[in-house]
Amino acid sequence: MSTSEGYSAKDEVGQVRTRRTWRQRAWIELKKAPFTAWVGMVVIAIYLIVALFAPLIAPYGEAEITPIPYAPWGAEHVFGTDQIGRDILSRLIFGARNTIGIALATTFLAFLIGGGLALVAAISRGWVDQILSRFVDVLMAIPSLIFALMLLSIFGSNITSLIIIIAVLDSTRVFRLTRAVAMNVVVMEYVEAAKLRGEGLGWVMRREILPNIMPPLVAEFGLRFCFVFLTIAALSFLGVGIQPPTADWGSMVRENASLIQFAQFDLKAGITPLLPAAAIAILTIAVNFVVDWFLMKTSGLRDEH
Amino acid sequence: MSTDSKEVLLKMRDMRIDGFSDEKWHEIIKGVDLTLHKGEVLGLIGESGAGKSTLGLAAMGFARPGCRLTSGEIWFDGVDLMKESEAAKQKLRGARIAYVAQSAAAAFNPAHTLMEQTIEAGVRHGLSSPDEAREDAKKLFAAMDLPDPNNIGDRFPHQVSGGQLQRAMTAMAMASRPDLIIFDEPTTALDVTTQVNVLAAMRNAVEQFHTAAIYITHDLAVVAQMADRIKVLRYGVEVEEADTQTMLTDPKEEYTKSLWSVRSIEKEAESADDKILEIRNITAAYGKVPVLKNVDIAVSRGKTVSIVGESGSGKSTTARVVTGLLPQLEGDVLFNGDPLPPKLKDRSRDQLQRIQMIYQMADTAMNPRQTVREIIGRPVEFYTGKRGKAVDQRVKELLEMIELDESFMDRLPGELSGGQKQRICIARALAAEPELIICDEVTSALDQIVQEGILKLLMHLQEELGVSYIFITHDIATVRAISDEVVVMYQGEVVEQGGKQEIFSEPHPPYTELLLASVPEMEIGWLEKTLTTLGEKRAAMG
Repeated sequence: MSTSEGYSAKDEVGQVRTRRTWRQRAWIELKKAPFTAWVGMVVIAIYLIVALFAPLIAPYGEAEITPIPYAPWGAEHVFGTDQIGRDILSRLIFGARNTIGIALATTFLAFLIGGGLALVAAISRGWVDQILSRFVDVLMAIPSLIFALMLLSIFGSNITSLIIIIAVLDSTRVFRLTRAVAMNVVVMEYVEAAKLRGEGLGWVMRREILPNIMPPLVAEFGLRFCFVFLTIAALSFLGVGIQPPTADWGSMVRENASLIQFAQFDLKAGITPLLPAAAIAILTIAVNFVVDWFLMKTSGLRDEH
Repeated sequence: MSTDSKEVLLKMRDMRIDGFSDEKWHEIIKGVDLTLHKGEVLGLIGESGAGKSTLGLAAMGFARPGCRLTSGEIWFDGVDLMKESEAAKQKLRGARIAYVAQSAAAAFNPAHTLMEQTIEAGVRHGLSSPDEAREDAKKLFAAMDLPDPNNIGDRFPHQVSGGQLQRAMTAMAMASRPDLIIFDEPTTALDVTTQVNVLAAMRNAVEQFHTAAIYITHDLAVVAQMADRIKVLRYGVEVEEADTQTMLTDPKEEYTKSLWSVRSIEKEAESADDKILEIRNITAAYGKVPVLKNVDIAVSRGKTVSIVGESGSGKSTTARVVTGLLPQLEGDVLFNGDPLPPKLKDRSRDQLQRIQMIYQMADTAMNPRQTVREIIGRPVEFYTGKRGKAVDQRVKELLEMIELDESFMDRLPGELSGGQKQRICIARALAAEPELIICDEVTSALDQIVQEGILKLLMHLQEELGVSYIFITHDIATVRAISDEVVVMYQGEVVEQGGKQEIFSEPHPPYTELLLASVPEMEIGWLEKTLTTLGEKRAAMG
């Protein structure tokens, strides 16, 4: 057999590929990231720093009342004070902490519920899948803001119920996405191989499927975070979200909304209620920039070269 | 197959093509020359990664995404495609140069009828009116030997069989009467019994319309039937080129000779009375569709049983019943004399451990996010209860058994070659210390030389460990190489079973006869000879 001479399985050439640590790979990807993604990342980083170090950065306390309500912009209060004399800048800074923190917690919970159930549905198929999917359909059929308003008025607006209610409502979309992407992985032979080995549901979910569907889930996490964040702001604006004296951007817009009428006398006073709105908008856009880049990179929607 | 007109149609000079991977450009075609005369068929052969498809596409002046044509000349009928604009090249493609892809099912748009898609290119290039094109397409369907050529065009791609679709695709390529057709592994995905007819239809069409063709394949026997000349490629360079006759009988290069001699392994068939697995009278169905009817198969301990048949014959379904993925409706699976519970979840860990499976596509059989250490280590941990260092030690031993070493421990599947991947899958099966391994088409996605290595490894492991194999395949050469006993299946039933010698010697039941006769041989003129006899054999089957 002339073929075996010089043939060795070890020397077979695989794909030409240098071994890199994940740090090196991440750095290569970052270097290729477009300008918008960089802007997004920088903005998100600033928000996170502000949120983490709020007590150090803010000139006044979160609910600290100073003698002058509706103080104009100036040296004492950079963005003035609100209707009961709380420093707007300080409340914006603390607001970052509350709004982002609650939104993050809610999104995590939504992923835990939606993602977990979706994986169970995708792996078990059959009636388990049917029941879960139809239940999710029912939840999605009800307009979520109205549903959230109703549930909040039943269970009362405290932070815990706010987080749970929004997480449950948002988990439906996470469920749909996760189930769809997991379905593509579940049919892979390595999943079958794991089942044949006798592995339990937990192992198949965590070790075989989850690592392979991470990219779309991470992108969805970003988008979901934005929606949750907007929902919380909307609920707070309507008065059933985060309750005073906790600073939060949605309720700050509502509390200072009337100031907008004074724009003709004092432009700065008119801008004041728009500041928390801008804080919401900028963060949402920044997250979207990053998510866009990430989606473009992982979905292969566009040719790289 | 005439080469009477010696007019040159396509000439590639010092072609160089780069491919992008790992953040860099690498040269994948390193200066290849190619000349094709009018009406001539050139066979391009080589292993995967040799650059045959890339070179074939370059003949159209096309580089697929992630590749770029760096230098060289592509003279097509007096025009250098390297210097032409994209628009000018697009005019040529589909009109004067056509391409037939490996997977017709993926190349057809499922939302349109065959007819619409067949005439689309011709009409868009303004070569004919839709009505004329339709009439012409019917003629082509007839030339391609498709059933009911006048009406088959109204069907959608999913309404015809794989072989018919591949023929329709050739008809589509022929529609504009191109000067050059590039066939890229057009029959690789088909069953042997279907392949014969598709090959014949393609060759007739090429001869009838005096079209030049580049035929890309890794199957030597196929290329021997189709090509006037053969060019062998390896690592992006030409190994040698000669006319088919010379190439078959007198290859010059060592590498070519090695390709030719691969099919020569053969194991001495033995049988044993001690049966490790007995499948008794199994009937199984997907939903209401019956797929297995009263199947009886027995596997001797320490021996290899091959199950052969075309797709849809129920050979993989048999494996699913044995592994418990598809519980049977009737019958028993006896393992070491004891019946196995039909459902996977009713089987004990011990029962699962004894039967392991190796899949056709090593790519999808391994989790791309796990390293070799995790892939092989998990069954070691799971079944033997070893932990930590002991697992690593065992993984190392297993890697040595499959002729790799510990440097592979931390690699991801994406960093391995096709053969290495399949070896890791074998190691994963061995890690469970099984008594029976089911190999489902384990070599069919691999190059010939790699295939040979895998088959030898499997035989060696059998000698050493005494493990039994069920070897599912549609490739007769593999069956000859590895099996002790053979089971021939057709439409969910066992047609014939017995020792290898018995099966391969006359007389055969009609189906076995057809199956064996359809396997291309490395001999010029085999196709003509076979076609005349095959008709009778089909008739004999009813």
